[in-house]
Amino acid sequence: MYRYDEFDARMVRERVAEFSGQVARRLAGELSEDEFKPLRLMNGLYLQLHAYMLRVAIPYGTLSSRQMRRLADIARRYDRGYGHFTTRQNIQFNWPKLVDVPAILDALAEVEMHAIQTSGNCIRNVTADHFAGAAADEVEDPRILSEIIRQWSTFHPEFSFLPRKFKIAVTGSPQDRAAIRVHDIGIACIRNAAGEAGYQVFAGGGQGRTPMLAHCVGDFVSRDDILAFLEAVMRVYNEEGRRDNMYKARIKILVHQLGADEMRRRVEAEFAEIKVQGALHLPHAEYQRILSYFAPPPFADLPAVSATEDAARARDGAFAAFVAQNIFPHKVPGYASVSISLKPIGGIPGDADAAQMDAVAEIAARYSFDEIRVTHEQNLVLPHVRRDDLYAVWQALSAAGLATANIGLVTDIIACPGLDYCDLANARSISIAQDISTRFADDASQRDLGELKIKISGCINACGHHHVGHIGILGVDKKGVEHYQISLGGSAAEDASLGEIVGPAVTADSVADAIETIVDVYRAHRTGGERLLDTYRRVGAQPFKERLHAAHQH
Amino acid sequence: MPPISISTRAPGAFEDVADDAPLPVAGAVIVSARRLAAERDGVFARNDAVGVVLQSHESPMQLPPEDLQRLSLVVLMFPKFRDGRGFSWARMLRTRLGFRGEIRARGHFLRDQIFFMARCGIDSLEGDHRITAEAVSAALATFTHVYQPAADGRRSVVLARHG
Ligand code: SF4
Repeated sequence: MYRYDEFDARMVRERVAEFSGQVARRLAGELSEDEFKPLRLMNGLYLQLHAYMLRVAIPYGTLSSRQMRRLADIARRYDRGYGHFTTRQNIQFNWPKLVDVPAILDALAEVEMHAIQTSGNCIRNVTADHFAGAAADEVEDPRILSEIIRQWSTFHPEFSFLPRKFKIAVTGSPQDRAAIRVHDIGIACIRNAAGEAGYQVFAGGGQGRTPMLAHCVGDFVSRDDILAFLEAVMRVYNEEGRRDNMYKARIKILVHQLGADEMRRRVEAEFAEIKVQGALHLPHAEYQRILSYFAPPPFADLPAVSATEDAARARDGAFAAFVAQNIFPHKVPGYASVSISLKPIGGIPGDADAAQMDAVAEIAARYSFDEIRVTHEQNLVLPHVRRDDLYAVWQALSAAGLATANIGLVTDIIACPGLDYCDLANARSISIAQDISTRFADDASQRDLGELKIKISGCINACGHHHVGHIGILGVDKKGVEHYQISLGGSAAEDASLGEIVGPAVTADSVADAIETIVDVYRAHRTGGERLLDTYRRVGAQPFKERLHAAHQH
Repeated sequence: MPPISISTRAPGAFEDVADDAPLPVAGAVIVSARRLAAERDGVFARNDAVGVVLQSHESPMQLPPEDLQRLSLVVLMFPKFRDGRGFSWARMLRTRLGFRGEIRARGHFLRDQIFFMARCGIDSLEGDHRITAEAVSAALATFTHVYQPAADGRRSVVLARHG
């Protein structure tokens, strides 16, 4: 894992001091709320329906056990005993008091954490594949570039007051687990024909009210040029992105209005100018320095198959089900990555209480080289577990209520906070997730449905990524009553696509019925090993629409 | 209030001249980009320094290079503190266009932005009553180190790490 050196540590300490001063000026009335707002947002502090919410950065979703324990402490001491893991691999605390925030930031700084740029119209916390460093299909560990980008973008003097927020994601594998095509900038680590390391850069993706997939603006950017290239994209956006209408201010709108070719031309021209100045060259030594922090942990030489695991699977059906669903193959023989579902049946997606955080920290320290990951699907991962230890890990997770075997299944639902917390919401998201989860709780039928990604947003801002759900659910307001629009066919993976609305909006109490209708149509039409997404892509929307209309006509 | 310096350069004394007002007989003036374009010869024929004020949507790239060479001052307007285009304009004036004169920020901005302004190559500030000399010196000391190169010539952490 990356460790702060004296420079990083000082930067974070000075930021805490600056923010403490801003809070003091606000409390003294020297700053208006309008002026304080972007300043606090740039440090992850929101004012929500009932209270402040603090969003803490977990850069590229990587945490140590010590950091996880500190998050548990903060949850206990300053919140109501829990935290909420988000689709951007961050954690949110929903109940801090404004006066406590400087102390929370101090507590975070002690474990090399912060809330820098987790909100505001700046470059946000960078996200990456949660199996980084463990996945067999990885071209390059995406955390190295992510950390380089984190540093370059931190307190960037030119790009801290952009037209709108700006999100960057990096995938190190051809199989995109970082959803790069729906980010403002998405980066894929690649190799060219000569085997040299470089990056393919996409720009202009996003969700929200106008969902768009990013276009390629750089086919192969060499490693030492990558920051200069990113700076070029940022500058074109800062100059030309719209500032008159916040709904049209994201880079996706600029790319759409200019056209992908023109955007590419402008970025290239800007890139050429920046290269002439030459200051933003990434030194090889710096890449190597950061790479050394992400060196593989001391893996043991193990047989690929574990007799201990096999025996336990044969003995214990629940464990076997867990292994079948929550284990991802590891690049090193004898190891596996374990996903910890934060989606218990009927629970709140992404929530973990302090005791669970401590339990995960403990398990990671003992069995996963002290490492934990947060996924953009609001789950956790123990990246490097010996297959021989899987049974012990499963038992420990079970004891903490964390062994739900539903990764990728219908009950592994992404949901934004919705009307329970968010002042922009039209409708609740959490209770809808809970209804669906309860409805589809049966293990055998979940597994029979296979991979099925349901994503729920409480309004068009799409924090719950409904556009890219195999089934997307969007809360809308119809004459003061919560309604839900259902779409099908979205995907955030390497086969990225945006869902299409099927059927009329339904009320909260019929969402689970509508999902059941959709699932029935899928069951009737599927062939071979098709997922719902595949069946939908093959047969189209019509059969789904017909049944939904018939079932939900009011 | 006279402009406050945030660089090693002392701010020059200029008089703002409205588009419909005659140019004074003597003394340094600031005119709009439109007036400069329309009355280039007259403006530069005077023997005094000339500054131009750019609104936040006006890119310095639109100034003819020969005009830029003769300008002593570029004033960048910050209409609202949320409008961050001025940061890019300052940076481009310095690192791309090689502008050596004074760059001044004017309008609505917060002391929390001053550190960034200095980094982008801005020399002087004309802000509201809160932008005092004390606020400025505190703001400039916010961070000891910087993570990226900009227009102020400061060595980034990356270079410091590798000698
Ligand atoms: S999608 Fe809407 S309701 Fe949900 S968290 Fe985002 S802004 Fe709030």
